[in-house]
Amino acid sequence: MGILDFLRAKPKNSANVARERLRIIVAQERSTRGGPDYLPLLRSELLEVIRKYVHVEPDAVNVVLESDSGHDVLELSVALPETEHDNP
Amino acid sequence: MTEILVVTSGKGGVGKTTTSASLATGLAQLGKKVAVIDFDVGLRNLDLIMGCERRVVYDFVNVIQGEATLKQALIRDKRMDNLYVLAASQTRDKDALTQEGVEKVLKGLEEEKFDYVVCDSPAGIEKGAHLAMYFADQAVVVVNPEVSSVRDSDRILGLLASKTRHAESGSGEVRQHLLLSRYNPVRVAAGEMLSVKDVEEILGISVVGVIPESEQVLAASNAGVPVILDNESLAGQAYQDTVARILGEERPLRFIDVQRKGLLKRMFGG
Ligand SMILES: Nc1ncnc2c1ncn2[C@@H]1O[C@H](COP(=O)(O)OP(=O)(O)OP(=O)(O)O)[C@@H](O)[C@H]1O
Ligand SMILES: [Mg+2]
Repeated sequence: MGILDFLRAKPKNSANVARERLRIIVAQERSTRGGPDYLPLLRSELLEVIRKYVHVEPDAVNVVLESDSGHDVLELSVALPETEHDNP
Repeated sequence: MTEILVVTSGKGGVGKTTTSASLATGLAQLGKKVAVIDFDVGLRNLDLIMGCERRVVYDFVNVIQGEATLKQALIRDKRMDNLYVLAASQTRDKDALTQEGVEKVLKGLEEEKFDYVVCDSPAGIEKGAHLAMYFADQAVVVVNPEVSSVRDSDRILGLLASKTRHAESGSGEVRQHLLLSRYNPVRVAAGEMLSVKDVEEILGISVVGVIPESEQVLAASNAGVPVILDNESLAGQAYQDTVARILGEERPLRFIDVQRKGLLKRMFGG
């Protein structure tokens, strides 16, 4: 989107903003639900460490606890930004 | 069989007590024998909304602690003789409610052949809210079209699926109903408020009813008459639809679109 489009953009529909924010936070909270209480904290500490090296958005770190034939597996995924050049 | 139905939400002030009073009254209107219990220890409110505040002698905690019998504490509704209220205690002792105590009262109501026990939960996810939902067979999760309420209700849906007697003992699931309240179709159309569809999509569950934001709710609570008894009000009619759906009837949602009449009224100042 060009700068002109950006300037011309109408004030955002606030219900849409609410919907998008809720989609993200609800998905995030569901992914750590039922797991140990330390998961949310683990997630934010991980985020802090990752951010020392790459600038990622707060919702880029995904922590999922899965049960796989008797073992609990903690699955972490980090969505990196598109280009490596805009690192801090 | 006595069905235990909890009205819960997580977030405070979203309309749990208003809903408990109307659902209990609506079920009683359809001939069910109903008790509605205020679980909000320390903040008794349901008695006012039901209009029986001056007849409270004994309360929920008195029964649990053996200071009164269930029969003595149940307040019979003035309008319907198959509807009873059990008031919350005004004690500041939050530990007055115990799981064994709540179970004892619910068993007593089952022996008295109640068809429905409606549990009006306090806000939050602390002990009172936990005990209100623990023995439930069905849950009505009240949500407002607003970010913090939606997020909290998702949390509550998670607790209903894990922290209840049914979930813990594997004896089935709590039937979950999502009730969207204080809905304002004009603001939804203007893009200022989450729509029914937004809330359903975010939470992954469809609504059992939509209660419009309505001035009649305040008028009803002023009078101590549950709003479902106000047949003229949109909120009352929406609660009647909701009761029918909880009992398994299919009814289309009403009052979710901007009313044409409202528009004309606005144009001509009627
Ligand atoms: N559909 C509605 N339209 C307008 N006002 C409403 C509606 N539903 C509830 N209210 C108002 O919102 C306020 C809170 O309602 P209520 O006491 O039922 O909420 P609650 O969830 O029980 O609160 P608490 O968490 O404190 O127990 C009251 O003033 C009530 O009159
Ligand atoms: Mg209340």
